[in-house]
Amino acid sequence: MGAIYACMALAVVMIYQAIDHLNFAQGEMAMFSTFVSWQLMQWGVPYWGAFVVTLVFSFFGGIAIERLLFKPLAKAPILTNVAGFIALFAIINSVAGLIWDFTIKQYPTPFGSSPFLGSQLISTHQAGMIGVTVLLLVGLYFFFQFTRIGLAMRAAASVPESARLVGINTSWMIALGWGMAAAIGSIAGMLIAPVVFLEPNMMGGVLIYGFAAAVLGGLTSPLGAVIGGFLVGIFENLAGTYIPGVGNELKLPIALALIITVLVVKPAGLFGRPIVKRV
Amino acid sequence: MTAMLNVKDLRAYYGQVQALHGLNFALNEGSLTTLLGANGAGKTTTLRAICNMVRSTGAIEFEGATLSGRSTENIVRLGIAHVPQGRGTFTTMTVEENLQLGAITRKDKAGVVADIERMYDHFPVLKQRYAQQAGTLSGGEQQMLAVARALMLRPRLMLLDEPSFGLAPLIVRDLFKILGKINREEKVTILVVEQNAQLALELADQAYVIETGRIVMSGKANEIANNEDVRKSYLGY
Repeated sequence: MGAIYACMALAVVMIYQAIDHLNFAQGEMAMFSTFVSWQLMQWGVPYWGAFVVTLVFSFFGGIAIERLLFKPLAKAPILTNVAGFIALFAIINSVAGLIWDFTIKQYPTPFGSSPFLGSQLISTHQAGMIGVTVLLLVGLYFFFQFTRIGLAMRAAASVPESARLVGINTSWMIALGWGMAAAIGSIAGMLIAPVVFLEPNMMGGVLIYGFAAAVLGGLTSPLGAVIGGFLVGIFENLAGTYIPGVGNELKLPIALALIITVLVVKPAGLFGRPIVKRV
Repeated sequence: MTAMLNVKDLRAYYGQVQALHGLNFALNEGSLTTLLGANGAGKTTTLRAICNMVRSTGAIEFEGATLSGRSTENIVRLGIAHVPQGRGTFTTMTVEENLQLGAITRKDKAGVVADIERMYDHFPVLKQRYAQQAGTLSGGEQQMLAVARALMLRPRLMLLDEPSFGLAPLIVRDLFKILGKINREEKVTILVVEQNAQLALELADQAYVIETGRIVMSGKANEIANNEDVRKSYLGY
């Protein structure tokens, strides 16, 4: 489970870096993308073909959502944006239900589901997920730390006015951030679907765990998000198994309790950089 | 000598409130000009209007190009660096990243690397702190960083909004010395908005005085400094 949360947390952190907000509709966007890839496969497109097409679709879909919905809200207060996220959540969820209905669907895995290297603990699919997550993480790290456009994106997110004053087109940087977050979310969705099965509500729980993982690891740190993801997965299952009375039913509240605890005790998360301001 | 920046009948508005009432002024290439005025006179608004960060009408021409209708980032790309009030530091990033951001529109990688070293020569304190989060710098250091960041653009024109704000007098002297040096040695035209009229007039060669959104006086800095009214209103003797 940890790898799922890690992947989702990565998408959450990604968009947080780009737009400085948590996107509540992130999970639904990922779900929709996953449905698109499923539909392509139903039409006979091979897995990797569908994977790539879905990535591209999600990237431009994310940009389109930003241009149409959130660009007009750019100067609005945070609450307006939150309302926008929730609206987007509801819309995508319903539209997916309308097109593909709410029945649970099987989703294939490219990695197979036999035990990994003879181990009984993880399957090849889970190993594949971990591999993809780590690859994404390394890729993102290099993108943000060592490329000009990565630097420009970080600048546009942190101080938009100053970013414009050094000549950065901040508006497009934000759109690009949305596109990248949507693409990463779609990867997360396509990796998660074989485990939780495909249906419009598949991301509900996962996104909350993703948030928990992102907060635990630190919203400013992609590496923290991934480690947070694994920690949340381990913590969730240990608590579910060993703390009497928690069981399967109370696993979700545990994630929420974790979010609150981290925010109270260590708001920057385990690996996040505390934001220091001097006035 | 032709003007590098020509501002004609500049009017600016914040919502319904008109902040500038038809400003006319020009900057000569290579000059160091100061714009003086009391609080709320419209100094900051003038700089913001040049970079199209506030709604305005009128004609602004920079080296023959019309600025009105251009986005802020496109105006910056023409070679106008703006050091905003409050310094605009990217507080969560390192000092070096702040400098790299100043040069983000430039394509010459080697030149950028060399310029960062040059900035460290101008401002040795930045070199000591190059890997530090910029938000942890002191006010004076952040102002140095803001000036250095602006210079990384290799600007033709630099606009500075109250660089002395909140700084100790000694640090202000240092900073102004560096500004003078940049103006002379690197041929950067500078427009500096200041409340600290005495220092600004010592530094500048041209001066404009602005009152409630209108230019009320203009001339050589030393003549303005000797003007009776200016002395009474802004210099306090």
